Amino acid sequence: MGQQIVNGLFLGSIYALFALGYTLVFGVLDILNLAHQAVFMVCAYAALVLVVHLHMPMVAAFPVAVLLGGLLGMLVDRIAFRPLRGRSDSNIAGLISSIALATILEAGVVQFFGPDVERFPFGTVPTRSLKIGDAVVSELQIIIIAIALLMLAGLTWLLRRTQLGRRIRAVAENPRAARVLGVDVDRIISASFFVSSALGAAAGVLFGLAFNNVAPDMGRSVELKGLAVIVLGGMGSMPGAALAGLALGLLEVFTVAWIGSSYRDAVAFGVLFLVLVLRPRGLLGSAALREA
Amino acid sequence: MSLEALQDLWLTYQSTVAFVGLNGLLALSVYTTLSCGQLSLAQAAFMAIGAYASAILTFHTRAPFALNLAVATLLPALVAVPLGLPVLRLKGVFLAIATIGFGEVVRIFFVNLDFTNGALGLTAVPQRTAIWMIYAALAAALFVLWRTRGSRAGYALEAIREDEPAARTMGIHVARYKLAMLALGAAFAGLAGALEAHYTFMIAPGTYSFSRVVDMLVYAVVGGTGIFYGPVVGATFLTLLPEVLREVSSRVGLQPGPLRLFVNGLVLLLVILFLPEGISSLPGRLRARRRARREAHAA
Amino acid sequence: MLLELQDVRRTFGGLAAVDGASLAVEAGEVHGLIGPNGAGKTTLLNLISGLIPATSGTIRLDGVRLDGLPSHRIAALGVTRTYQNIRLFPALTAADNVLVGAHLKRHAPLWRRMLFLPSAAVEERGARAASLALLERVGLAERARERASNLSYGEQRRVEIARALASSPRVMLLDEPTAGMNPGEVAAIAELIRGVARAGHSVLLVEHNVKLVMKVCDRITVLDFGKVIADGTPAEVANDPAVIAAYLGGEAAA
Repeated sequence: MGQQIVNGLFLGSIYALFALGYTLVFGVLDILNLAHQAVFMVCAYAALVLVVHLHMPMVAAFPVAVLLGGLLGMLVDRIAFRPLRGRSDSNIAGLISSIALATILEAGVVQFFGPDVERFPFGTVPTRSLKIGDAVVSELQIIIIAIALLMLAGLTWLLRRTQLGRRIRAVAENPRAARVLGVDVDRIISASFFVSSALGAAAGVLFGLAFNNVAPDMGRSVELKGLAVIVLGGMGSMPGAALAGLALGLLEVFTVAWIGSSYRDAVAFGVLFLVLVLRPRGLLGSAALREA
Repeated sequence: MSLEALQDLWLTYQSTVAFVGLNGLLALSVYTTLSCGQLSLAQAAFMAIGAYASAILTFHTRAPFALNLAVATLLPALVAVPLGLPVLRLKGVFLAIATIGFGEVVRIFFVNLDFTNGALGLTAVPQRTAIWMIYAALAAALFVLWRTRGSRAGYALEAIREDEPAARTMGIHVARYKLAMLALGAAFAGLAGALEAHYTFMIAPGTYSFSRVVDMLVYAVVGGTGIFYGPVVGATFLTLLPEVLREVSSRVGLQPGPLRLFVNGLVLLLVILFLPEGISSLPGRLRARRRARREAHAA
Repeated sequence: MLLELQDVRRTFGGLAAVDGASLAVEAGEVHGLIGPNGAGKTTLLNLISGLIPATSGTIRLDGVRLDGLPSHRIAALGVTRTYQNIRLFPALTAADNVLVGAHLKRHAPLWRRMLFLPSAAVEERGARAASLALLERVGLAERARERASNLSYGEQRRVEIARALASSPRVMLLDEPTAGMNPGEVAAIAELIRGVARAGHSVLLVEHNVKLVMKVCDRITVLDFGKVIADGTPAEVANDPAVIAAYLGGEAAA
């Protein structure tokens, strides 16, 4: 039981990190950024390249990859979202242009790395395990959970206690009012993309390390699960995404343990469905989501 | 050109022709809901239902192919109703997400269905689809959409697309129309699924993934969702493009797979940014520009 | 009494946008609804047409309860409307906009069109002719084939009225139809409204142009802070101290 909880929290913290970025952009722009999973994937490859070809230790490669992710996110905003601002169909159009960018990024990765799975070289991360109670916890798991918690704390601090965070929240609530109050909305959106994609990049590197599996399609399944997470947590709600990510991780692990591994993926989507039909605003979301 | 050369040409490009038709039908299945302002991404699941239902009928009964196709068309439409009732009330992106979720649930269902070999799917599906059938189906779909346009229902759909609450205050039963369009799209997708399954010899759950419905959406958007034949234009363009690229890629030294992916993404990006009404809107735009220039000269 | 509102309330959060409003519109009557900005006039129209649900109170059309019904049912019972910020379908032509308005009146089963049956073509010609006739009635027959988004502000308002007329409603709710119009256009609208009432449709007219309302309406209800503060003929209302106070910003009589 304890083992399941550890595994669940471990998986859940990666889901949570991914979902945080997703929901941040949705909260600010009201748009689903489907290129998020591409950044997730590309930065996992970036970390791989840094470790394998530049011989960086993971301790250094991780922050570099995260930074790269943030910058890539700003590029995504610049190319796919900013030109559409003000257009009446900006929601669907943004969705589609982010899909387009994701496709382009994926194509690039397949061209340069090939479609097969890559792995981090042995020794990139510690491989020891500890026993806590009746659970076996690897050092890697502890590190990943710790990093996820740290980033969550950092995000909360950013949003609650910095001026940037206040501005982001203002734009998320009412961009027009924020502009009138002198906020440079485009720059704030850009900053939001930086933060969001940095989180996604972190999730990507950690995912790649956790499962020692880096492939061009690694973003796909996480993206869809990520949707379930942000819907469960409440679209636009950061604490919701964190909570829901952890909850989904636990739910998946317990499903595998008690029902069987073939239904593991179905859990996420079953939950997604139930939430949308019964309580569209999720656990901690606010906005009204049905038609007038 | 000799008859033999023509026959060779046909053999080489036969499957391309088939897929132009199939992809056109699939693009139309996404278009039906878009035409009343809804983004539904469940069509890959409806396609799967149609494909599997018809394949099962082929393997286990002696039903004529026409019956198979009829079931493949009607069954997804029936499934669309209980799906649509709770889900079509949702706004914009939430509807899209709910339909994505439905799509995944269906895919996972088939992955776990031992009766159909789970993830491996069914192979050796006899080839019962002829190319004329594909184009007959496509023509039928286009006909239905053509006759709907300009009818009382067609105007209602346009009104819903432009302004849903206002449409309601004109007595338009919005929920019913949206449901009808979802069911129609499901029917198109199911029919395409059955035709494809009996053309490519095999069915596997992986064929009906989120990526597949994204492809369908891309066809529709690139072609243009402002007019009923737009999606077919997009599907034709994007199905033929890889054939052209195959020549290019070997010369340039790039692998065809990623090149096709890259070009798809690039075309989509360019269209959504610069030609949002799709390729099919080009003639109208050029005509308008020429008219404007003529008027400016006359002034 | 054709349209009857009894003690209708609508609260948002803690605020009452409409606070116990009662009014009655008779058949064939032009009934004005006026009041200072934020008095709740548009909210009241939204309540009647079913865009938002009432928190309490009843709304009846010829005895049939409207409150709680979905918008399309309310429209089917004979209530149509125009909007304060004009909600035409921008991509459709003026004629097509009016054609959509006739949705309830048309009987056009799709399968007849699929089979190219002559009855379908006949019905369609009839519907289009009716739509053109309505545009002519509002003086816009020559603009019939123009896209709604290309029409001028005044023209758009008139198309909206034609569209609301297209289903031969029993009650038409007009939300500030003359906003932004010059006196000539206002007079034309006044004529139009009186003509509509003469033809048997009741009108509930929300307006800021008090002179127009005095001239065109049979009875007037005055709203302030969501409450009815006066109700009567134009003469009665014009001399009502509570009304004068509300408009001049003095203390509103309780």
